[in-house]
Amino acid sequence: MEQIQIPPVDLAVVAPLITVVGWAIVLLLVDVFFVPAGQKRITGYLGIAGLVMAGAVAAPLWGSDSSTFGGMLVLDNFALALTWIFLLIGAISMVIALDYLPRQGIEQGEFYPLIMFAVSAMMLLGQSANLIVMFLGIELLSITLYILTGFAYPRLSSEEAAMKYLLLGAFAAGFFVYGIALIYGQTGTVQLFSTAPGQESLAEYLGRQTFAAVDLTLLLVGSGLVLVAFGFKVALVPFHMWTPDVYEGAPTPVTAFMSVGTKGAALAALLRLLDMALPSLQPIWLPVLATLAAVTMLLGNLGAIAQSNVKRMLAYSSIGHAGYLLLGVMTVSERGVQGFLFYLLAYSLTNLGAFAVLIALEQRGEAAWSLDDFAGLWQRQPFLALAMAVFMLSLAGVPPTAGFVGKFYVFMAAWEGGLGWLALVGMLTSAIAAFFYLRVIARMFMQEPVRDVQPQLFRGLTLGISIAAAGTLIFGILPTLLINVVQQTALAVGR
Amino acid sequence: MLTDFLPILVLFLVAAFIAVFVIVVSSLLGPRKSTARKLAPYESGMEPIGPAITRIPVKFYVVAMLFIVFDIEVVFFFPYALVFRELGVPGLIGFGVFFLVLIAGFIYEWKKGALKWE
Repeated sequence: MEQIQIPPVDLAVVAPLITVVGWAIVLLLVDVFFVPAGQKRITGYLGIAGLVMAGAVAAPLWGSDSSTFGGMLVLDNFALALTWIFLLIGAISMVIALDYLPRQGIEQGEFYPLIMFAVSAMMLLGQSANLIVMFLGIELLSITLYILTGFAYPRLSSEEAAMKYLLLGAFAAGFFVYGIALIYGQTGTVQLFSTAPGQESLAEYLGRQTFAAVDLTLLLVGSGLVLVAFGFKVALVPFHMWTPDVYEGAPTPVTAFMSVGTKGAALAALLRLLDMALPSLQPIWLPVLATLAAVTMLLGNLGAIAQSNVKRMLAYSSIGHAGYLLLGVMTVSERGVQGFLFYLLAYSLTNLGAFAVLIALEQRGEAAWSLDDFAGLWQRQPFLALAMAVFMLSLAGVPPTAGFVGKFYVFMAAWEGGLGWLALVGMLTSAIAAFFYLRVIARMFMQEPVRDVQPQLFRGLTLGISIAAAGTLIFGILPTLLINVVQQTALAVGR
Repeated sequence: MLTDFLPILVLFLVAAFIAVFVIVVSSLLGPRKSTARKLAPYESGMEPIGPAITRIPVKFYVVAMLFIVFDIEVVFFFPYALVFRELGVPGLIGFGVFFLVLIAGFIYEWKKGALKWE
């Protein structure tokens, strides 16, 4: 019988991924066997150590441009930058959860391995060059997030959120699979771009066609279905209906985690799909995505105005920010990719920090996030008020914060990509958004306390907020530090 | 031609008319005398003893998880057994890794008490 050829595996490409997954599996067992109940924060420390180690493993790989598993996974600077961002998101989420879980009485050691699995899924999405691998990543990410959303188990709102997320997520997954099937039906491949000479791929297929001659209906419908699935995951308007309820019901560290991580990972995968596989179809998909981005920015920010619950307000604002991120995705240009990465990091730090401040205030159960709780925060807890002010300014895009530079970057990419009107919509909606961000600041600094709630600060929480605030300020004042890094992140072809 | 299907359309209309007619007429003309027995959920069944919507312990999910662990294992074991020689050492290593991941899940469940039915 003929020898079956197993494609050679380049372990360097998957080294960070294997580190995270392997550590998470071992951590799961260590937690069950050795960590006594009530001291689950030890598991948290070990989880953070694992994420840091994965970051170190990824460091020497900077500058590589390779692929493995028959081209299904690629490693380029774009994927590596994403890997670090996701590891950072995971680590900060764990840090701010260390004290939150025992205080809410929902301390379970599984929380930390689950976050690690979710991080590995995001890294997989950042590295995938194949629709099936993308599906795998999205499913792994979604399933872990369903569990994490329902982590505050006896609390009804958490269960409701998990249920809603599960139903809609399963629906979106169906769209994705059907889209892949149609794309495969037309082109006979699920590979995004060729990583070896002679390999069949979508980019290769489209390069061969003369558009007048071929009917591309199946491919277009399939891509549309895939886009719908991404829209669900990223919470683009009109697929955003689940977002406020799920973000509000989920435990706050989980909300922080998924409001930045899921969006980043799914948009990164979408970016690879659009920029590497379907750039020649840009005239067709650009109007669609531009409309989606415009509507998302408008409705997300307008929806946030009406909220008096700050957690819900942040949920709506995160919808709006998905629109800004989309600006970087749709301009097939280096500037767009760089802007996307910069904005993602800035937004991640800021949003994680803002949710961490909510955790400090979360003492009255579910009702703890009303604007009244923020009133006079400056007098009660100056550190928290200052940090929250930095985060709000960054989300609004006011200099000298990272959010400003990020917005500047993506708007410039859109402008250069011939999407001037979209950049204009972005600026207008930023101005609208400034209203509800500044309202929080006004409440904190210019009003007397309404409720006698003393915010509690713990070491982990203080550390998380400090890191986020420091990053927001440093990358805002000295953006060149980060710009120098993201400018080296051209997408690789992985040959 | 479409006209060939005209009888079917007529049939649909007649069916719809009869259905609506019967319901409307019986609701207009029918007598209504309700008794407690008639209003019970099961007219000639047992007396209801409480609301049906309550929380019940779901123990099946751990069994389902165990099933997935072993089911997936077997699904991949059989084809692997067929090409065991052809895949050689790399195949053995790859399958070993796969098996270890599964075993980790199994040990976790075992330790969590999935095999105990209280």
